[in-house]
This record gives sequence, C-alpha cells and structure tokens, in this order.
Amino acid sequence: MSTSIHLDPWQVAASLTLVALAAAISFWQKADLERDIAVATVRSFVQLTAIGYAIKLIFEADTLWLVFGLLAVMVVFGALTARSRAKKVPDAFWPLLIALALAGGTTLGLVVALGVFEPTARYLVPVGGMVIGNAMTASAVALNRLGDEMADSRAKIEATLALGATAQEAAAPFVRRALRSGMITLVDSTKTTGLIFFPGTMVGMLLAGANPTDAVRLQLILLYALLGSVAIAGLIATALAYRNFFTSAQQLREP
Amino acid sequence: MLFELSKVSLTRGDRRVLDAVSAAIPVGVTAIVGPSGAGKSTLLRLLNRLVDPDAGTIAYRGRPLDECEPLALRREVSLVPQLPALLEGTVESNLAYAAGLAAKGLDAERCLRLAGLAVDFTARDVAELSVGEQQRVMLARALAQGPAVLLLDEPTSALDNVARDAIEATLAQLRRELDISIVLVSHDPEQARRLGDWVVRLEGGRAIEAGPIEEVMA
Repeated sequence: MSTSIHLDPWQVAASLTLVALAAAISFWQKADLERDIAVATVRSFVQLTAIGYAIKLIFEADTLWLVFGLLAVMVVFGALTARSRAKKVPDAFWPLLIALALAGGTTLGLVVALGVFEPTARYLVPVGGMVIGNAMTASAVALNRLGDEMADSRAKIEATLALGATAQEAAAPFVRRALRSGMITLVDSTKTTGLIFFPGTMVGMLLAGANPTDAVRLQLILLYALLGSVAIAGLIATALAYRNFFTSAQQLREP
Repeated sequence: MLFELSKVSLTRGDRRVLDAVSAAIPVGVTAIVGPSGAGKSTLLRLLNRLVDPDAGTIAYRGRPLDECEPLALRREVSLVPQLPALLEGTVESNLAYAAGLAAKGLDAERCLRLAGLAVDFTARDVAELSVGEQQRVMLARALAQGPAVLLLDEPTSALDNVARDAIEATLAQLRRELDISIVLVSHDPEQARRLGDWVVRLEGGRAIEAGPIEEVMA
C-alpha cells in the first residue's frame, strides 16, 4: 500500500461543484450566505495554499526553530481569533495567548517526551496545528460563556463579594461552568467518534492508503492529546480571564 | 461616629452619581432616604468597599476605609442587596458558606429565628422560596457572619405590606437583641421614621440634610 497520495489541481477545481451547490442552496433558501461562502472558499484556498508552501519549506529545512516559529504564529492568530468571540471578557487576549501557548507546549512536550512522536517537523507541525486549533476553539467557547455568565450574574457575584468572599470564590461557579462548556464538545465528539463521524486524521490516512490499524492508532493518539490540550487551554484561559472582571480590592469592575 | 464621609464623589460614565457628599453616620439605625437615582444604593456600597470613591474620604470608626482590608471589612460590615441573590443549594448551605467565610461556627437555628424564619427552613432549596423568604434568608446569611454593622438596601421594596411589616418588626427585634448598627436605604420616609434614629437625605447625588430623625423629618 502507498502511504502518499498525489492530487492534481483539476481535482480540487472539480470539488468546487459542491461549493456552487452550497451557494445555490443559500440563494434559493434566502439564507444570505452566498457572500460568506465565497469569502470562505477564497480564504481557505489562499490560506491553505500558503501554509502548504510554508510547511513544504519547513519540512525540507527540518530545523526546529522554524517549527517553533510557525507554531508561535498559530498561537498568536489563535488568540486573536478567540478574542473576537469573547467580547464580553475584558482584555481577553493575554489569557488566551498564555492558554494556547501552554496548551500547545505542554501537549507537544508530553507526546515527544513519552516517545509517541519524534521531535521533527513532520510530526510537530501537523500535530501542533491540531492541538492549537482545538485549544483555540475550546478556550473561545469557554471565555464566551464566562463573559455571558459574569454579565448575567453580577448581582449574585456582588452579593457573594459582600460576604467577604474573594473574587476567586465569588466567580468559582461561573468559571467552572465556562470550563465545562469549553471542554464538552470535544468530550462528546470523542465519545461518538467512529460511530457517528470519522475524524479527519483517520479519513486522511485511509484516503492516502495507510493500513486502517495505523490510521486508528494515530487517530486515538491525537484524540487523547486533544483532550489534554483543550483541558489545559480552558483551565488557563478561564483561570486568568475571570480576574479581569475584578479590581485588586476584590470589587466587580463596571461593565 | 460609625462612618464619616468627606466630599465623596463617584462618576459612572457621564453621570455624577455622588457629588461631594459629606455626612456622618452614628452608631444605631441610620436611614438613607431620597428619590430614585439619588445615589442611595451607591453610598451603601461604598461603606463596605464594594466600590471605592473617585474622590473624597470615608472613615469607619475613625479609620480611613482605604486602609481597611476589603474582605475583613465586608465580614464586619455586611451588605444585604436590594434583590435576593442566594447561591444555588439549600438555606443551610448558604448560611454555612457565609459563616465559613467569617471563620465562625454556624448556629443556623438562631440566624433563622433572628431573621424571622422557622427552623425547618434549613433543608429547603432556595430556588423554592418566595422572594420575601429569600430576602429573609439573605438577612440570616449576613447574620451568620456575626457582623457589627448591617447595610440593608431597600430591604422591603420587593415585598407587599404584610411582608414589609414583618421585616420591619424583625429589624426592630434585631436591634433589641444584638449589639448591631444598621444603615438602611429606603425611598419611603415613613419607613425611615419607623426604624431610624438618624437620617441622611440624598438628592441628585448630593447630601441635602443629615441629623437626628425627629429634627430632619419633623
């Protein structure tokens, strides 16, 4: 069995038929998404082509500095993207940046230290991208929820502060719920994986002609690594971000 | 004096909520009165440092408030907000939480009795209580910390007349039984007259009058 697959540009172009179908459905049903579909299609093409060339260069150079550089760029863009979904959290960028950096660093560090993957560009770039991407989604969901909870529960939080509770104690129930909502999607999809959907890595390996047993093992490793990384990212993002709602005198800031 | 405010100002957005308020609040029961939007609730929140003023000073028993550690201050000067905001769980778990924060042993029966509630309330889920009952649990929860001062923000505004009279009777009882001072926000001058020894009248963020109730509200 071959472990690599070659695709011509015309095959990619042919798949645009499905994009046209999506745009047609949107137009027909007045879903008003045609413009977004066009933007998404162009952006995915440009971004993936660019990252494809970047990865090609990094694989050929095979120096870890370039790998770390690329992962650092992903962390920064991930934090910026997640911040736009956590508008109700004041100064959400730094908690998100630290959360993504630590989630990525810890997860990759552990899989390398445990000997699961070799510390080479070929493993670190794709695994790092998945880890940081999932950590970004989880921490964005967690902080979005945290912002809503803190806004809806101001009276309750202030009543708890009025008893002499610290900001941490007053925010604890809301931080807990935010962390849970950040993690729950991946936990649920991990539960149903193989039954309701086939995860991307496994699909990719099967399409590329890999042995199904290898495809399953790699997918399991990635799922478990992702569980760890979303937990770390959600924990750190919420644990740092809730502080921004309070002053140093344990007062709730004005919204 | 229990509290002394000197030229206290606070601005929120474009609005001057409190404008150079100077007033003294003695030991006993003080009513803060005035129309809606006068800054009464904000003044109350300043007294246990849930907010700090932009300008001016506040002293508690002669000590500047900004030198008081906020957490310890809030256990000694306990604020009960206008609307009940209890933690999920039972009445007892709420009382135990408050007592635990103040490192006090919990006598739930006594706290409930002082707040005018029967002892069988301990196991009740707070979500199943009426607003009036929740308001009493808020009071019992504050009392579980053994405070020296109670700050009550419109304690009867959400209640009908019967429940209001019952809470007022409870507050009068509290005063007789405990060595406790009360600062009470009320929009109702009659309530101030019934409960207070001293009154501070606010209007448009300014302190218009302050003094013994029989003089100011004569």
